[in-house]
Amino acid sequence: MAANTNFEKYKSNGSLGGNLLEWVDARFPATSMWKGHLSEYYAPKNFNFWYFFGSLALLVLVIQIVTGIFLVMHYKPDAAVNANGVPVAFASVEYIMRDVPWGWLIRYMHSTGASAFFIVVYLHMFRGLLYGSYRKPRELIWLFGVGIFLCLMGEAFFGYLLPWGQMSFWGAQVIVNLFSALPVVGPDLSILIRGDFVVGDATLNRFFSFHVIAFPLVLLGLVAAHVLALHEVGSNNPDGVEIKKHKDENGHPLDGIPFHPYYTVKDIVGVVVFLMVFSAVLFFAPEGGGYFLEYNNFFPADPLKTPPHIAPVWYFTPYYSILRAMVWNFFGLPAKFWGVVGMGASVVVFAFLPWLDRSPVKSIRYRGPIYKTLLAIFVVVFFILGYLGTQPPTFWGEKISQVCTVFYFGFFLAMPWWSRMDKFKPEPDRVTK
Amino acid sequence: MMTVEWRGKPVWIINRTKDMLETLPKLDDSVADPKSDKDQQPEYCKNENRSIKPEIMVVVGICTHLGCSPSSKFKKGAEEGMGGDWLGGFLCPCHGSTFDFAGRVFKNKPAPDNLQVPPHTYLADARILIGEDKKGA
Repeated sequence: MAANTNFEKYKSNGSLGGNLLEWVDARFPATSMWKGHLSEYYAPKNFNFWYFFGSLALLVLVIQIVTGIFLVMHYKPDAAVNANGVPVAFASVEYIMRDVPWGWLIRYMHSTGASAFFIVVYLHMFRGLLYGSYRKPRELIWLFGVGIFLCLMGEAFFGYLLPWGQMSFWGAQVIVNLFSALPVVGPDLSILIRGDFVVGDATLNRFFSFHVIAFPLVLLGLVAAHVLALHEVGSNNPDGVEIKKHKDENGHPLDGIPFHPYYTVKDIVGVVVFLMVFSAVLFFAPEGGGYFLEYNNFFPADPLKTPPHIAPVWYFTPYYSILRAMVWNFFGLPAKFWGVVGMGASVVVFAFLPWLDRSPVKSIRYRGPIYKTLLAIFVVVFFILGYLGTQPPTFWGEKISQVCTVFYFGFFLAMPWWSRMDKFKPEPDRVTK
Repeated sequence: MMTVEWRGKPVWIINRTKDMLETLPKLDDSVADPKSDKDQQPEYCKNENRSIKPEIMVVVGICTHLGCSPSSKFKKGAEEGMGGDWLGGFLCPCHGSTFDFAGRVFKNKPAPDNLQVPPHTYLADARILIGEDKKGA
């Protein structure tokens, strides 16, 4: 259902508010936007549980921006050592946690929000895999989504340096050094990113700038494009059939209901449940057992000593495992280079899904055992890679992660073949329930 | 062993015992660059101990893989959790590269090169200047 932007202008009933709205509406598409994107945006009536996570992602984005604004008021991106021998940046985070009124709450909301963002976005992406939401005509929505995901990873990475703890420092050290593995430009590129020969004050300042200005701007632009593209072609649904094929006499889809009030109300239920879980973590386990905030990061950055075990935060660990799984030199290029390529490819490969999937139906409801089995294994593999990424390197861990890496890429690269040769059920003409 | 900061990086100064030095020739077959042929040290340290004075090792404590700082695992055998045939050296906690007492990397590890030996010179018997070569040397 393309968002109609040619609604009639508002006509005042003579009241003061009505006159004001008429005045605005003559100069700004207020009514059109309200109707086009909310009150007359027709969404399929059969949305289920999996359709909560788009609006929840938007909620978490707002939480991150608002808490971020307040954190910036007290945080100081300065790696110099203060009179007590503690780096200023680290001390300012401690100051937020101990002295700023409600500072601990704002900081924990932001750090828990980062993990919540990834949980919600992973579930949102999984919904796409379940119901073929990336398929024609929604390829661009998916591409904007992959862009959002990349941006989010950048945000998380840059933000993680800011507390200037041990994990911040050594995590940034390792990840920036990854770029030095690229042939020819690598070493200079990593110096450009750091702004110094070592991770230092210059690095902290530019990461701060990226984290609070550059990436949020790009992120907001991409989110707007994601939603606009969605409202242009209309939402997919658990049956993976187009509701626009059957319209009533007014041109509204028979199986569609206006987003507002129907889905705004439904999403509020999701928001309430989400906030219950979010608050429980926030108040009772804000460190997430060492997964949301790593214990080593409560030590100030020490450039002379690496903690005995360093691992990325949980949402990066599957890709980190793939990085570590690459231990062979190919084509005269070192294993270090292939690790970086593998890690990059494991994220970017999602962008090709709309063209890799050749199945005649979109939704898992009408796909056969091959897709269901492979998707289930893919999820398991993703979890195994994620777990191994949190663990110190071991012989068997390496072997298992190599097998998982082969499956991970096989799932995507062989999809043009296996997605066609399944047993399909006929798609219904209209949505089912 | 002491650690000092040079150009923002840790530099280790290690006073190696005779025992430690004796492990080096035994490891020639298991390290990737036993003769230090790659340019990871000044010319005057391209010797079997990779140092000016045989017992004093001066080396940048940054793994040549992705830049973590390796931990010292000086005790022989399984005591440090390194396996029974371990003769002592360094382990990088990030990706498991191992180095011997001369900072030489073991074969088939993620790190491509030996640890870097910085240019340095002895101002006095117990005083080292890191970053400058001996004039005329």
